[in-house]
Amino acid sequence: MRRSADDRIFRFTTGIFAALVLLLVVGIGFELWRQSMLSIAKFGFKFWTGRVWDPVSGEFGALPFIWGTLYSSLLAMLISTPIALGIAIYISELSPKMLRQPLTYLTELLAAIPSIVYGLWGVFVLTPIVRKLEILMPPTLRKLPIFSGPPLGVGMGTAAIILAIMVIPFTSSVAREILKNVPVAQREGAYALGATRWEAIKVAIGYGKTGVIGAIMLGLGRALGETMAVTMVIGNNPQVSLSLYAPQYTMAAVIANEFTEAADELYLHALIEIGLLLFIITIVVNVISRLLIWSTKRRMTRVIVFPPVAKEEAAA
Amino acid sequence: MRKFAFILLIVAACAKQEAPTEAGAGPAAKRTVVTGAGATFPYPIYSKWFSDYAKAHPDVAVNYQSIGSGGGIKQLMAQTVFFGATDGPMTDEQLKSAPAPIMHFPTVLGAVVPAYNLPNVTAELKFTGPLLADMYLGKVTKWNDAAIAKINPGVALPNLDITIVHRSDGSGTSYIWCDFLSKTSPEFKKKVGVATSVNWPAGVGAKGNEGVSGMVSQAPGSIGYVELIYAKQNDVTYGAVQNAAGEFVRATLESVTAAAASTAATMPADFRVSITNAAGKGVYPISSFTWILMYQNPTDKLRGRIMVDFMNWALSDGQKAAASLGYAPLPQQVIDLEKQALEKIQL
Amino acid sequence: MSYARRRKIISAIAEGLCAVAVILALLPLAMILFYVIKQGFTSLNWAFFTQMPKPVGETGGGMANAIVGTLVLIAIAASVAVPIGCICGVHLAEYTDSKFSSIVRFAADVLNGVPSIVFGMFAYIIAVLPVKRFSALAGGLALGFIMIPIVVRTTEELLRLVPSGLREGALALGATRSRAVFTVILPAALPGILTGILVATARVAGETAPLLFTAFGNAFWSTSPVQPIASLTQQVFLYANSAYEDWHRQAWAGAFLLVVMILTLSIAARFAVRRLERMNRP
Repeated sequence: MRRSADDRIFRFTTGIFAALVLLLVVGIGFELWRQSMLSIAKFGFKFWTGRVWDPVSGEFGALPFIWGTLYSSLLAMLISTPIALGIAIYISELSPKMLRQPLTYLTELLAAIPSIVYGLWGVFVLTPIVRKLEILMPPTLRKLPIFSGPPLGVGMGTAAIILAIMVIPFTSSVAREILKNVPVAQREGAYALGATRWEAIKVAIGYGKTGVIGAIMLGLGRALGETMAVTMVIGNNPQVSLSLYAPQYTMAAVIANEFTEAADELYLHALIEIGLLLFIITIVVNVISRLLIWSTKRRMTRVIVFPPVAKEEAAA
Repeated sequence: MRKFAFILLIVAACAKQEAPTEAGAGPAAKRTVVTGAGATFPYPIYSKWFSDYAKAHPDVAVNYQSIGSGGGIKQLMAQTVFFGATDGPMTDEQLKSAPAPIMHFPTVLGAVVPAYNLPNVTAELKFTGPLLADMYLGKVTKWNDAAIAKINPGVALPNLDITIVHRSDGSGTSYIWCDFLSKTSPEFKKKVGVATSVNWPAGVGAKGNEGVSGMVSQAPGSIGYVELIYAKQNDVTYGAVQNAAGEFVRATLESVTAAAASTAATMPADFRVSITNAAGKGVYPISSFTWILMYQNPTDKLRGRIMVDFMNWALSDGQKAAASLGYAPLPQQVIDLEKQALEKIQL
Repeated sequence: MSYARRRKIISAIAEGLCAVAVILALLPLAMILFYVIKQGFTSLNWAFFTQMPKPVGETGGGMANAIVGTLVLIAIAASVAVPIGCICGVHLAEYTDSKFSSIVRFAADVLNGVPSIVFGMFAYIIAVLPVKRFSALAGGLALGFIMIPIVVRTTEELLRLVPSGLREGALALGATRSRAVFTVILPAALPGILTGILVATARVAGETAPLLFTAFGNAFWSTSPVQPIASLTQQVFLYANSAYEDWHRQAWAGAFLLVVMILTLSIAARFAVRRLERMNRP
């Protein structure tokens, strides 16, 4: 019948476009893998444990970048999670009704500021402040490995602070959604048993615990891939160091800085291999985060209407 | 179907941009864009040259992106740009692995200076090659080290940690610096070597000459190497360096020109020569040529013609602007040799 | 003190800390906006919008080419992302439960979390290397890829929200699937879809990393898709890293312009969201 033929054409045509999206993901993975073959073949697993990044002698070890990415993201999560959760709790539970919209909007404003503007602010405003703080740190604390090194202003500490600020809105908006959808019965049950406000909140968080963890991981995924702001304040030195003072390097930053200059094939392939790893890590983190959030939301059954979704997609 | 119309609108807008001519923002003249990339070292003088040249030739626009010498070489070899610019000449291996023969053309002379930030020290510091090598190797770590004090008698040096600043991108300025340090310190030559991008034993990386001079100007106790004009523009103090004749010389137009004068007589045919640590009196030891790289037989003859014309202009009119920006003009013998070499480009 | 009293105090302290968290987050926001406005607004002048960058040493000049460049890049990105994203969203909404749709949905979610620099590398491999030139097209492609997952998800969600009565009514009147979708459902969801596009545009307008090795940058005015092109974000990056006061000033002006652009897009999106909420309320 004509209608069913039309329907089949419709399904097929729109399906092609959908397949394009699938092709994109697969394509990115494939091309990144294909264009890093030289490096994979030459270094194999040692690529991930090697500490020396020497384009002159052709020796490439990516450990400093992996360390830098993981350490900076971890620090950023340590700083941002309490703040983001605090904001989520405040907005959804504690704030006066009138403040809710403006506060929500203001936190989302943090996500709207482009990375390069964060970088600008980081270089001209945050770095001098951090340098002054580094100088002011008492000498007894300076002996600890985490605070050792000359006070440059740029370094792991500054990068962690900027990353934390950038990540807060993502974690906080998802956490807020989770909290909003916790069934009222949970809280009311807690109050009925004589809980204080904070204890009731803890119950709500406990109920949405998986989703909150998912929200945190969403922020982590964002921190792992951040490029511009980090590269302007982290010092760009491929070394593995615990110190917040020390200039270090992340995977995204080294790609941004050295991609246009990789003069020989091996160098380029090594950089692309780092890009491949970044791709894989962020996918894994994001998938886990989405699974956690999705399973929590399903448990809470209420249909999530589109404004949070649109903003969540925008935030994510 | 409003959405369809919306999409059509966007596509139409794009289609309009695909006009065959690259229309300029002025009279709708047909303008050819030549893309080049490379060193940050000569960026100030190149940007002035390209701007002046465009004023004299409104049908040409040379788009130069300063991404570092390493980037210039790479993009030229990948043929994504028409010409490259570098302060570190291409190595034999690089030339061999290029898709076609590439020629080097010196444009100006510049100096790399040791810029430092010591807030309470007003006297101008002196450095030697071996001392700078030891600092960059991480062996000398404090400003009041005996090695520094010996060369700078009578100067009250603070008990401050030395913060080394180097380039994080592939840089010809790094090449010149490492070239000088390798010539004066065998240990540096062995441990680090000479290239546009090396495995630095110590220090912080900054992007471009601008990044290094910016970092030095902001962090007390730091020392970095930058092209002379960047030190001047950023108001950063820089020191004198000991040359092969034992004198401590500051980078000036005269001392840089002196460095090139001795080599003019023995200039190799491909212009790839290092003039660091040159012999002679009054020579500034960390001087260097900077080159523009072009394919000897470019497939794009139109752009080839434009660049050859530009080079001839740069070697005559352009040299006059060099001094005002802190670069030394090329010795006349080198200019003459180059004009001959330019004719070898097959158009 | 009694156990109850202690719990009350803990509760009060915890609530106070939450309020402190809000302040801690808003403080950097205020600082950044303050700096951007203070430094940027004063540096904005007519020349900024109309002139090209001047060479080093000459003061003045502007970012006219970078502003136009950003607009061109967004246009190319949208022309890639909007058709693919919307039609893919249509498929996902119409055939929600098929296995294929679940896979595609998963792929879109995966894309959402990929760092923008990876998209830049991909665009370099497929659009720069083969033709051996940097181009606005390559930059626009990279940005378009970033936009796609946002457009896909928003389109799908919005189409699903259209009351089923509308779809059933159209089908009952004898429309084919495609007609039902294009003449009835899509127009109903259109404001929301446009919102999604606005949101996606706001996201890519501020991107720098993927443009570094695709669009490459251009000191001159250019609107051609096959030539390198300047962009506001790249220009700000270049100027911020420079050693010249005048360029720093202009970098702040560029940052100010960027922030204003993106804020306008977000506010527009928000208003559209509000209006839609009101429309969809039964």
